[in-house]
Amino acid sequence: MNRKQKKNLIRIIVASAMMIGFLFIPVSGIWRLMLFLVPYLIVGYDILIKAAKGVKNLQPFDECFLMAIATIGAMIVAVIGDSDYYEAVAVMLFYQIGEWFQGYAIGKSRRNISDLMDIRPDYANLETDGQIEKVDPDEVEIGSVIVVRAGEKIPLDGVIIEGQSTLNTSALTGESLPRDVRVGDDVISGCINLSGLLRVRTTKEFEESTASKILDLVENASSKKSRSEHFISRFARVYTPVVVFSALALAVLPPLIRMLAGMDALWGMWIYRALTFLVISCPCALVISIPLSFFAGIGGASREGVLVKGSDYLERLSKTRTVVFDKTGTLTKGVFEVTAVHPEEIDEKTLLHLAAHVERHSSHPIAASLKAAYPGEADDCEITGVEEIPGQGARATVNGRVVCVGNEKMMRTVGASIRKCSHHHTGTVVHISRDGKYLGHIEISDVVKPGAENAIRSLHRSGVKHTVMLTGDSQRVAVHVADELGVDEVHADLLPEDKVSELEKLLEHRKPSEVVAFVGDGINDAPVLSRADIGIAMGAMGSDAAIEAADIVLMDDDPVKIAKAIRISRKCMRIVKENIWFSIGIKVLCLILGALGFANMWVAIFADVGVMVIAVLNAIRALFVKNL
Amino acid sequence: MKKTYKIDVDCANCANKMENAAKNTDGVKDAVVNFMTLKMSVEFEDGADPKEVMPRVLAACKKVESDCEIFLK
Repeated sequence: MNRKQKKNLIRIIVASAMMIGFLFIPVSGIWRLMLFLVPYLIVGYDILIKAAKGVKNLQPFDECFLMAIATIGAMIVAVIGDSDYYEAVAVMLFYQIGEWFQGYAIGKSRRNISDLMDIRPDYANLETDGQIEKVDPDEVEIGSVIVVRAGEKIPLDGVIIEGQSTLNTSALTGESLPRDVRVGDDVISGCINLSGLLRVRTTKEFEESTASKILDLVENASSKKSRSEHFISRFARVYTPVVVFSALALAVLPPLIRMLAGMDALWGMWIYRALTFLVISCPCALVISIPLSFFAGIGGASREGVLVKGSDYLERLSKTRTVVFDKTGTLTKGVFEVTAVHPEEIDEKTLLHLAAHVERHSSHPIAASLKAAYPGEADDCEITGVEEIPGQGARATVNGRVVCVGNEKMMRTVGASIRKCSHHHTGTVVHISRDGKYLGHIEISDVVKPGAENAIRSLHRSGVKHTVMLTGDSQRVAVHVADELGVDEVHADLLPEDKVSELEKLLEHRKPSEVVAFVGDGINDAPVLSRADIGIAMGAMGSDAAIEAADIVLMDDDPVKIAKAIRISRKCMRIVKENIWFSIGIKVLCLILGALGFANMWVAIFADVGVMVIAVLNAIRALFVKNL
Repeated sequence: MKKTYKIDVDCANCANKMENAAKNTDGVKDAVVNFMTLKMSVEFEDGADPKEVMPRVLAACKKVESDCEIFLK
């Protein structure tokens, strides 16, 4: 509760106590009016002032104006008619209670959501000349050394120069498994250091660090307003004047008609109904619950490692029927790994051992994968005369014998006879020979991510009708991967620009209400990401390019998160729709009941406050997406 | 040029009104009010001086919603 809320609460309590007390004082006429004016003014003075200001500024159609008219009207009806003064006080009181509750609920949910996204570091331990000083992360320059103790948040992006530890990245990725880090690893701000002491050299300023960027993104997300939000603000703009004029008509027309028809005009009754009409008319429940739902949805998603850049995108994501994947880096790991070793005569380990030695100094991806497959490469074997032969492979002398590692052409050149492999290859095959004698081959391929198959299946379960894979890889490899994963459609041998045109073909053939999403790793596919209805970038930890290009960013590279993001968006949109229909429905119902005289002002106020509270509570549900 | 200001306002509809008022102020190209984060981001027209424009934005907002505040740093 802030100061304003406390003050208002006191006003509400004092005024209610007075009103109830005054009901037992047996005075009537002008004295009774004077008596009830006291609590009325205590609880409603700010509303009256605001209403007056609104009229003065020629902006009369706001809630304060409505409330002022309604309550003053009720007073006048009480003076000339037979109802009591307390009704006006009660209406004002209930209105203020409603306002108070609304302010409290919104403040509370605002805090809840920002607590959830609490990745903003408060301080950094800056090390200067051996002294450690606690400073604002803003003040730390690039290249400074900071110390992160166990239990602290990493304040800025950087590289570890001393120490090892495990990091909790869950606030960024939604991934609960801690990540091990050691010297030389990049760390990103917002992670929590779980165990050891780390010394980190910063590589980015605070403004450019991951935590700041993410916060910025999520906080600004609601500025890209969705269609539902635009609808609501337009609705609110026409709604209030319409209601005010309808109320005026309700107050004047029926009595006039009755007069003309020769009946008793019943002015008091119709004016009372018109006032009730005004009380019901406040559009705030509607106006608050829609952005709040989106805000909660985006907050909940970011907690799961899904960054949505705008409520607009959340809305579109929920309509996704076709998901197009880039193969490399999204469904597959995008790094080459040794997937098969087929030696002749010698054992597998020796074959890998030799291959790794020859590729010792190469930085080619294939070389890297060979070295990765044989971790103990740097042993005491004697390797000399390493030579790369373009278009063929590499050659070196290992322990005095010439070893060649390369393609079929290279084997032909050195006179080694290749044994054709009966296995079904889907990757690159590297052959090895020693002193012209064929030793066997190693297959290297891009590996399918462990969760990929599950991801495609759960996409289909989440209502995605069609999955498509685009790749620059060969048809054979692409079809193999697609079959393994259950992808519906494959386009292989594509250059980056072909991917755009393939996507455009898909965009042409979809129904207008359906959305085509493209999933890429943010590298080389920025044009496709921006061309799709929704661009989803994966594995964005630390990659600015991906964060820039995409509409939705998955912080880690688990493809299962795509289906999860879609389910989150569905839930959020369901809540938004519920709130729209529920709020408008109850309002219209009350307006009709009020016009027909079935609802008095009390009912009207309760309808207003009740709808607002239910809508706000419903909106908060969008935050809970953990188990979707 | 784009700048973001902290604001204070009580109701969502009032925030909408502030947004419209800010948008219609001279020197402002576009304005977005985020009620949930209580922030107003203003995109200024080329050559406009935020120091000169913002007081007018504030005045325009006060006019449509007397109970609001924009914190000009």
